[in-house]
Amino acid sequence: MKLVIAIIQPYKLEEVKEELYKADVNLITVSEVLGHGRQKGVTEVYRGARETGNLLRKIRLEIAVNDNFLESTIKAIVKGAKTGETGDGKIFVLDLKECVRIRTEERGAAAIG
Amino acid sequence: MINQADTLFVLLSAAFVMLMTPGLAFFYGGMVRRKNILSVLMQCFVALCLLSLQWILFGYSLSFAPGNGFWGGLSWFGLNGVGAAPYAGYSATIPHQAFMVFQMMFAVITPALIIGAFAERMKFSAFLVFTLLWATFVYDPLCHWVWGEGGWLKNLGVLDFAGGIVVHTSAGIAALVTTIVIGKRRNLEHTPSPHNLPFVVLGTSLLWFGWYGFNAGSALAVNGIAVSAFIATNTAAAAAGLSWAFLEWIRNGKPTVFGIVTGSIAGLATITPASGFVTPISAIIIGIAASIVCFIAVAVTKPRFGYDDSLDAFGVHGVGGILGTLLTGVLASKVINPAGSNGLFYGNPKQLLIQLVGVVVAISYTFLATFVIYKLVDIFFRMRVSEKDELVGLDLTQHRERAYTILE
Repeated sequence: MKLVIAIIQPYKLEEVKEELYKADVNLITVSEVLGHGRQKGVTEVYRGARETGNLLRKIRLEIAVNDNFLESTIKAIVKGAKTGETGDGKIFVLDLKECVRIRTEERGAAAIG
Repeated sequence: MINQADTLFVLLSAAFVMLMTPGLAFFYGGMVRRKNILSVLMQCFVALCLLSLQWILFGYSLSFAPGNGFWGGLSWFGLNGVGAAPYAGYSATIPHQAFMVFQMMFAVITPALIIGAFAERMKFSAFLVFTLLWATFVYDPLCHWVWGEGGWLKNLGVLDFAGGIVVHTSAGIAALVTTIVIGKRRNLEHTPSPHNLPFVVLGTSLLWFGWYGFNAGSALAVNGIAVSAFIATNTAAAAAGLSWAFLEWIRNGKPTVFGIVTGSIAGLATITPASGFVTPISAIIIGIAASIVCFIAVAVTKPRFGYDDSLDAFGVHGVGGILGTLLTGVLASKVINPAGSNGLFYGNPKQLLIQLVGVVVAISYTFLATFVIYKLVDIFFRMRVSEKDELVGLDLTQHRERAYTILE
């Protein structure tokens, strides 16, 4: 079991979701986060004062998958989120020790899907 | 002879109506996705600035100078000859400039109403040019036809107390045209829910409040007609809000906040042309009719035809304005306003026909002129933002600001 954490551009969320559905990955958690990557991103201006180096708004996805779904999940995220410019984001893959479905108390691979 | 009470009343009414444009900004702003709220507030606010100046420079002259039946001409350019003395053609008891500034607020809000149709996808620069041209070539002529001295629809006997044709039909039809020509918003599986419903309620409340100035103020004097327009306005809004909530309750299982405020606005738009001509009971009928017809337009017709009128500028204002103008021909009564006419129910079927002519003329002219203006601006400025700008949101891409922060 793996936990996939992806940081993507907010406006790419719809496309990534669509690609994930196509890859038959339906269970995701989405949160809004702030982060700092390499890119300067879109600069905001308040009353004429330029603010650079702001933390930029990103979307964080968390997806728990069984090993045989890992590659297709990564491919789907890349396909939906990639523009080729800085700021597209990152994907982190972690080993996942345990998973419990609260309703049924199932554990492990059976609980993920 | 200047009457001080009348002057005070009209000036205060102008201030009430001014407040409607920011009210509209929150009404619309709450409905869009949060990445676009500033763009809507900005469009409404810039309309207030831009059209205030247009009105002083030449808009008022085009609309209200004597001219001929079709346009006012430029004889009052820069308010030349529009001073403190009353102009009897419009009101003998208030300074001419008081009438001018009251009408200015109508000229501001009408183009702002159209924003609801193309919200979340129009480029700001193109919006500015479109709004200026639309105010000049659609609003000003139409205003002259219906309200201006010697206007040909006015001479025909068309009744429009506070703007069912001039404001709501024209803005509504322009909304329909622009929403179809600009096309749907991208990446929408379904209509997005309003990002801030309390803003929508706040906006509605400001609009309802301002509408007293809009309708009662249109009497241009402290008299019985102003009082009756005030009551008709409130009554229609109340009847429409309540009936929309019940319609939803019956059809969808729950009455919603969004529904009751949408219904109220539909009622206010629909009563506008009739407000100074009808009894309170007629206002209830108009309010209920407004909800039923606009509900069908928004919940049944729009999905069937598939156009993306983002915030229902046509479905609520256009449909309401047309319906109200026709119902004026049915329910108007000379007992309420001796300067008006009787409608169908008061033994004068001809008035309904006259109202129909007024509506058809306004729809045809607005449809054609809006289309031409849109295409013209599109050639030089491209109306629609790029796909990426639309996905990122207009607040950041058009104004480099955002409305909400996550931390701090």
